[in-house]
Amino acid sequence: MDKTNQFHSFWGITLIVLVCLFGGMLFWSLWHIPEYSEGLSAMVTKHMPDSGVKSEVTAILLNFRGYDTLLEVAVLFAALLGAYQISPMHLDKSMVQSNPIMLYLIQYLVPIIILVSGYILWLGGHAAGGAFQAGAVLAGAGVLLLIVRPDSLNLKHSVYLNFILIIGPLIFTLFAFLPILTGGTILEYPRQLVGIMILLIEAASTLSIGFTLMLLFAGGRPPSGDN
Amino acid sequence: MNFLPLLILIPLTGAFLSFLLPRYEKFISLTVITFLAFITLYLGNIVFHNGPIKLVAGGWSIPLGIGLYADGLTILMLSLTCTVAIAVSIYALFYFDSHKQTSDNKDITKSWWPVWMLLLSALNALFVAADAFNLYVTLELMGLSAVALIALEKKAIAAALRYLFIGLLGSMFYLFGIGLLYALFGTVDIIELTHKIQSTPTTLVSMVLITGGLLLKTALFPVHFWLPPAHANAPAPVSAVLSALVVKAAFYTLLRLWLGPFELLVSDLVIQLLGILGASAILWGSFQALFAQRLKLVIAYSTVAQLGYLFLFFPFYHIENANTIAWYGIIWIALSHGLAKAGLFLAAGNILHAYGHDNIHGLKGTSQYLPITLFAIGLACINLMGLPPSGAFLGKWLLLNAAFVSGQWWWAIILLLGGVLAAAYSFRILLFAFQNDDNNIRIHKPHGLMQWSALGLTIGAVLLGIFSDHLLILLSSGAKFGGLNLTEILR
Amino acid sequence: MNLPFFYACFGILIFLIGLIGLTLQPHILKKLISLNIMGSGIFLVFVALAKRAGLSADPIPHAMVLTGLVVSVSATALGIILAIRVKQLYGKAELPEDGR
Repeated sequence: MDKTNQFHSFWGITLIVLVCLFGGMLFWSLWHIPEYSEGLSAMVTKHMPDSGVKSEVTAILLNFRGYDTLLEVAVLFAALLGAYQISPMHLDKSMVQSNPIMLYLIQYLVPIIILVSGYILWLGGHAAGGAFQAGAVLAGAGVLLLIVRPDSLNLKHSVYLNFILIIGPLIFTLFAFLPILTGGTILEYPRQLVGIMILLIEAASTLSIGFTLMLLFAGGRPPSGDN
Repeated sequence: MNFLPLLILIPLTGAFLSFLLPRYEKFISLTVITFLAFITLYLGNIVFHNGPIKLVAGGWSIPLGIGLYADGLTILMLSLTCTVAIAVSIYALFYFDSHKQTSDNKDITKSWWPVWMLLLSALNALFVAADAFNLYVTLELMGLSAVALIALEKKAIAAALRYLFIGLLGSMFYLFGIGLLYALFGTVDIIELTHKIQSTPTTLVSMVLITGGLLLKTALFPVHFWLPPAHANAPAPVSAVLSALVVKAAFYTLLRLWLGPFELLVSDLVIQLLGILGASAILWGSFQALFAQRLKLVIAYSTVAQLGYLFLFFPFYHIENANTIAWYGIIWIALSHGLAKAGLFLAAGNILHAYGHDNIHGLKGTSQYLPITLFAIGLACINLMGLPPSGAFLGKWLLLNAAFVSGQWWWAIILLLGGVLAAAYSFRILLFAFQNDDNNIRIHKPHGLMQWSALGLTIGAVLLGIFSDHLLILLSSGAKFGGLNLTEILR
Repeated sequence: MNLPFFYACFGILIFLIGLIGLTLQPHILKKLISLNIMGSGIFLVFVALAKRAGLSADPIPHAMVLTGLVVSVSATALGIILAIRVKQLYGKAELPEDGR
C-alpha cells in the first residue's frame, strides 16, 4: 500500500503533467483544422446510385470500402479463435438467473429480439442498420438464453456450430473472390446483382456475428461434441 | 486475372475452412501456402519487368475506394513472409503434435492452423495496402492473431495480454493520427496524401501520433519491454513468425508513411532522435542478450537489438545518395534478419523439444545430438554478427557506406559495437552448445524436418548476401530512391 | 467555436481520461475499460469532425467508427478472456511485474 502511495505521488504527478502536455498538443492541433470541410461526402453521394443500397453508411461499409469490412469480420473471428485457444466456455453458476420471472419473460423476449434483429438487418438497406447491429442484437438474445436457461442452447463444438460461425465471413470472401474470376478486381460486384449480394452477405454475417459474440460472452470454446 | 488480392483471400478462406473441417486443417493450410508461393513468384516477375502494380478494391476510384499497391519492396516483404511461412508450417506439422501429448489440456479443438492462416492474410494485406485506414484494420487483425497465437502457450498468457495492451495503445494513437489527416485532407489514401500534404501544426501532431503508435508496435527502445517476454515464451513457430514478420510489418508501415506523406514534415531533430533510439536499442538489446539465461530470451533480446539497426536509416534521410544506400542497407538487414531469426527460433524450439528446457548452461551435447540444429544456430549467428557472406553483412556494409558518405561517422561506431556485442552473445550460446556431453542425457529428438526447416531458413539468410543482384534490381522497382549500383560503391 | 469542435474537444478529453486510466490502474479490467474509453474518445472526435460538412454529415468517418467499434469489441473480448486466465494462473487480475 505504501509502495502504491509513493508510486501515485511521484510518477502519478509526472504522468499527469505529461498527459496534460500531450492533451495540450492535441487541442492545439484541433485548433488548426478548417471549420468547414465536406470530406468525401460529395463523392459518396455521386456514386450512391451504383452502390445497390440506399443507405450511405451501408454503401460505404459493404461496397465502396467493403474490403475493410471483410478484414474486420476476420478480426472478430480472430478474437473468437483466440478465445477458443485460451479457455473452455465457462458459465458460472452465479451468472445463471433462472428465476421464474426471467423464465417466463424470455419466452416472449427472445423471439421478439430475434425479430428485431432481422428488422435491423433489413433496415440497413435504406437507413441506419445492417449486419453488425443486427448481429449484436441477435447476440443479445443468445446471451439472455445463456444466462437464464443455459441448457436450452446446448452449445457443443460441432460442425453445425462451426458452419454458422464462418458462414458470414466465408460468403463475404467468396463474393469478394468471384469478380476476380470474371476478370474484375476484388469485391467488384456485378451491377445487376449488387443489391442481392449485399443482402446475402449481411444476412450471413448477422448469423455469424451473433453467434460469435455470444460465444465470446460465454468465454471460450464449447465442450466437445460427440463427433 | 487479378492475382494480387488472392494473396489475402486465399489464406482467409483457408482459415475459415480449417476451422470448419479440423481434420483437413493441415492439408488446407499447406495448399494455401503453396498457392501463395506461386502467386508471390508470379507477382514478383510482373513487378520486376513492368513496375509497380496498382489497383482499387471494388473498382471504385481512389479516395472513395481502397487502394492496393505492390512495388519492389512489397514483393520482397511478401517473399519473406512466404519463405518463413513455408518453413514454419513444415516445422509446425511436427511441433504441435508432439506438444499435444504433453500439454495439460487434451481438448482437440485447440489448434494453431486457423489463426496462423488469419495471421498470414493479415501480413499479406498489410504489405499490399495503400490506404492508411486499411492499414489500421490489417494491423489490428495481425495483432489479434498474434495475441491468439502467443496465448497457445500457458506460460505466455501474461505476455500475450501485455502485448494486447501495447498493441491496442499503438493502434489508438495511429487511428487518432489518421483521423486528423482525414479531417484535413479528405482522403486516407497514402499516395493521395503524399501529394496533398502540407506542413501545418495538425499534420505535425498527426505524424507524432502515428509514429508513436507504430513505434510501440515495432518495440523500439524504450518501449521495447513487451517484446522479450512475448517472443521468448510463445511456442517456437509463433516466436519465429513474430520476430521475423510481425514486428517488421509495423516498421514497414512506418517506413511507407515516412517515405510518402510525411516526407515534408520530417525535421532533422526527429530523424536524429530516431537514430539515437535505434542505437540505444542495438546497445541495450545486445547487452541484455549477453546476460539472459534462457536461449529464447537471448534470441528475443537480439530481436530488440536488430530492430534498432533498421532505425539507423533515418539519420541519413535528408542526405542525397546516403539515403539511397542506407535504405537498401536496412531492407537487406530486415530481410536477412527475418530469415535468420525465424530459423534461430525454430532451432531453439528444437532444443527445447529435445532437452525439455532452453537454459543456456544446459546446452551441452547439442553438437552430438542435434548437429543440424547447431549448424543452423551457427549460420544464424553469423548473420546476427553481420559477417560475410550473410545478407546482414551486405546490409551493414551499406549502412557503413552511408555513414561515411554523409559524414556522420559516429553511426559506424554503433554498427561495429553492435557487431561485437552480437558476437559476444552468439559465442556465449555456441560455447555452451559445443560442449560435449558425457552423461548421455536422455533427449527427445525432434523430427528431421524440424531441424531442416530451421537450417533452410538460415541458409536462405546467407544466400541473401551472395545472390543479391536480381533482388536489388527488384527492390528498385517503384522505389523512391533510384537504383543501387553496387560496383560504384565498391570503388 | 462551433458545435463540431466543441464535441471534438470533449472527445480529446475523454481520450486523455482513458489514457490516464490505462497507465495508472493496475487492475486488468480497469485497463481494458480505460482502453475502451480512449476508443470512445477517438470515435467522438471522428464523428464530431464529420459534422463539419453541415447538415448532412460526411458518412465516411461514420463507417470508420463502425469498423473501429467492431475491432474494439473483438480486442476487448479477447482481453477479458485473457484476464480471466491470468487471474486463474497467477491469483490476481494484474499483469505480473517481473515481465513474465
